[in-house]
Amino acid sequence: MKVVKPALPSPDKRWKIVDAKMRRFGYQGHALIETLHAVQQSFGYLDEEALRFVVKALHVPPSRVYGVATFYNFFTLKPQGVHTCVVCLGTACYVKGAERVLAAIERAAGIKSGETTPDNQLSLLTVRCIGACAIAPAVVYDGNVSGKQTAEQAVEKLKGYLHNAA
Amino acid sequence: MLLEELIGIAEKQREVRKQICVRCCMSAGCMSSQSAEVKTALEKAVAERQMGDLIEVRRVGCMGLCGPGPLVSVEPNSLLYEHVTPENAGSIIDALTSAGPIKAERCDPQHPFFTRQTLVVRANGGRIDPERIEDYIEAGGYRALHHVLTEMQPPQAIEAIIKSGLRGRGGAGYPTGLKWATVAKSVGKQKFVVCNGDEGDPGAFMDRSVLESDPHSVIEGMAIAGYAIGADQGFIYVRAEYPLAISRLQVAIRQAKQHGLIGSAIFESTFNFNVDIRIGAGAFVCGEETALMASIEGKRGQPRPRPPFPAESGLWGFPTLINNVETFANIAPIINRGPEWYAGFGTEKSKGTKVFALTGKIQNTGLIEVPMGITIREIVEELGGGAPEGAKLKAVQTGGPSGGCIPAEHFDASIDYESLTQLGSIMGSGGMVVMDDQTNMVEVARFYMQFCMEESCGKCVPCRAGTVQMYHLLAKIAARQATMKDLELLEELCDLVKNTSLCGLGQTAPNPVLSTLRYFRNEYLELLQPAG
Repeated sequence: MKVVKPALPSPDKRWKIVDAKMRRFGYQGHALIETLHAVQQSFGYLDEEALRFVVKALHVPPSRVYGVATFYNFFTLKPQGVHTCVVCLGTACYVKGAERVLAAIERAAGIKSGETTPDNQLSLLTVRCIGACAIAPAVVYDGNVSGKQTAEQAVEKLKGYLHNAA
Repeated sequence: MLLEELIGIAEKQREVRKQICVRCCMSAGCMSSQSAEVKTALEKAVAERQMGDLIEVRRVGCMGLCGPGPLVSVEPNSLLYEHVTPENAGSIIDALTSAGPIKAERCDPQHPFFTRQTLVVRANGGRIDPERIEDYIEAGGYRALHHVLTEMQPPQAIEAIIKSGLRGRGGAGYPTGLKWATVAKSVGKQKFVVCNGDEGDPGAFMDRSVLESDPHSVIEGMAIAGYAIGADQGFIYVRAEYPLAISRLQVAIRQAKQHGLIGSAIFESTFNFNVDIRIGAGAFVCGEETALMASIEGKRGQPRPRPPFPAESGLWGFPTLINNVETFANIAPIINRGPEWYAGFGTEKSKGTKVFALTGKIQNTGLIEVPMGITIREIVEELGGGAPEGAKLKAVQTGGPSGGCIPAEHFDASIDYESLTQLGSIMGSGGMVVMDDQTNMVEVARFYMQFCMEESCGKCVPCRAGTVQMYHLLAKIAARQATMKDLELLEELCDLVKNTSLCGLGQTAPNPVLSTLRYFRNEYLELLQPAG
């Protein structure tokens, strides 16, 4: 079967990275998750334009693309803030008081887990376990893991991100 | 690649080795406490003192004791330092040459935490540079693959694994050799080897550490399995939450390909084997094998009924062998040192060693590898160093959301598949979270039920609806609003969900509730309101 190269949604170079990933899989349907990873890595989140593009390029039904994009926790359909703060809620972190850390961050930032501050500076997320259990409780600030966090340390760390927040 | 070339690489490595090797842990745990900066500081100190001919600074994988990281070790002097900072790293180098004062904190390598371990899977952890295949080859790597390809027929390789008594380290404990034999017998024009690296149990990080510290051991184990069952393609499914493990695996696969250790005509035999990585996307249920395969196929990670088992109909309908990371890492040592050697560790029904992630309210947190049959007390009190000051240990949780809490009065129980099941928990993948008397067991049960409720894939009703109802009942009990009737209902639901769910997630979701009810029923009863 001849593979039809899909037209990229825009001249944005990031689409080429996404296209390269799909090409590696011969534009087959089983490339879906890897492709969505590539989109999210390039654009930060999955928007409707991207999902429609993947539907066409991989010849899979929109229901399957949307289904996969919403099934997995890692994928997000909303743009993220400038900074991200991910609190680990694994068992070891839980036993060592991760909930108190999370509560303190929520209070300081004025948002709940899963939300982004109105000024778009900070997105607060939680994760099931990042495997940093020996240094629990762990918090990931902008992709960097910090261990043995106290509520005070976490709030202090986030102050720089939250300069506009009350 | 020929055997001579392999030996040549190992010899060349030994020749260029410096007299003193300063090893700096570059695993995810230590790296989060600045070990990359420590390594740079060590290298700078060596260069400044012009000791480059005598001392080498090596990036290594996990040394096990992750709590007081970053760790730095010095060989052959058998020195170990903890909490090393970029500022005091230079003094470690000074102490090797002049009698300069050591500002870094010493850690005792003779502590039972280290001496009570038996290293098979983690033998290379903390010793070799995980991003250099030459280091792995120097440590004897890929010799087992060569031996199997040139000296053994596939049935002999399977026989060796059967004899070793190795059982699946993912948690269920199915005999690995039997699984291999079943896939080998299955007919299909294509077969696959899948490595389950979707280590989803919160509180477990053994597989992350193996992938970060010794990725080639997993690749070699998969290649041997591929030869034994007749597969030429392997997939490693890794969680997206483990970026360092993914990048080390990518490096390892590329290097193995360049050296002809995977790819076509390996060791000039007729055996071809390729390995690809698939990255998960944050779904706990994907640790279940049928869900994992759906995810590799680019679908939602929803399980399907078994039979047919993956051994008959797996990836894209072809016979598929699925083993856990730690299981594959055991293969090369078993081939190298013989199944009898491996079977010499452990108990009658549970052979070999097991890696545990020891965390929670305990002095020494980190990774340990111990022979099966060791008691929980030995692990907690000797290796773990007991409770932190002033605390009293209450229970140990094993098996994550599928396991249970083992109370202190049963700490003399032996660690093996059967006895842990008898105690109402499971071996699981190796998470071991220690809890003290400050931990409320009803809250623990609620915590795990919330986890299962949110991670339920929604395909079957007992799990989808049952976990929600059980969660609400637990929340009601915790809020002191429940009566005896609610507790009875909870127990009834546990039984229902356990027996009627489609996959392991639902079937084991009630375990944390059942085990806390079994041992800590009083804590539930104290919270109940009188009926009326």
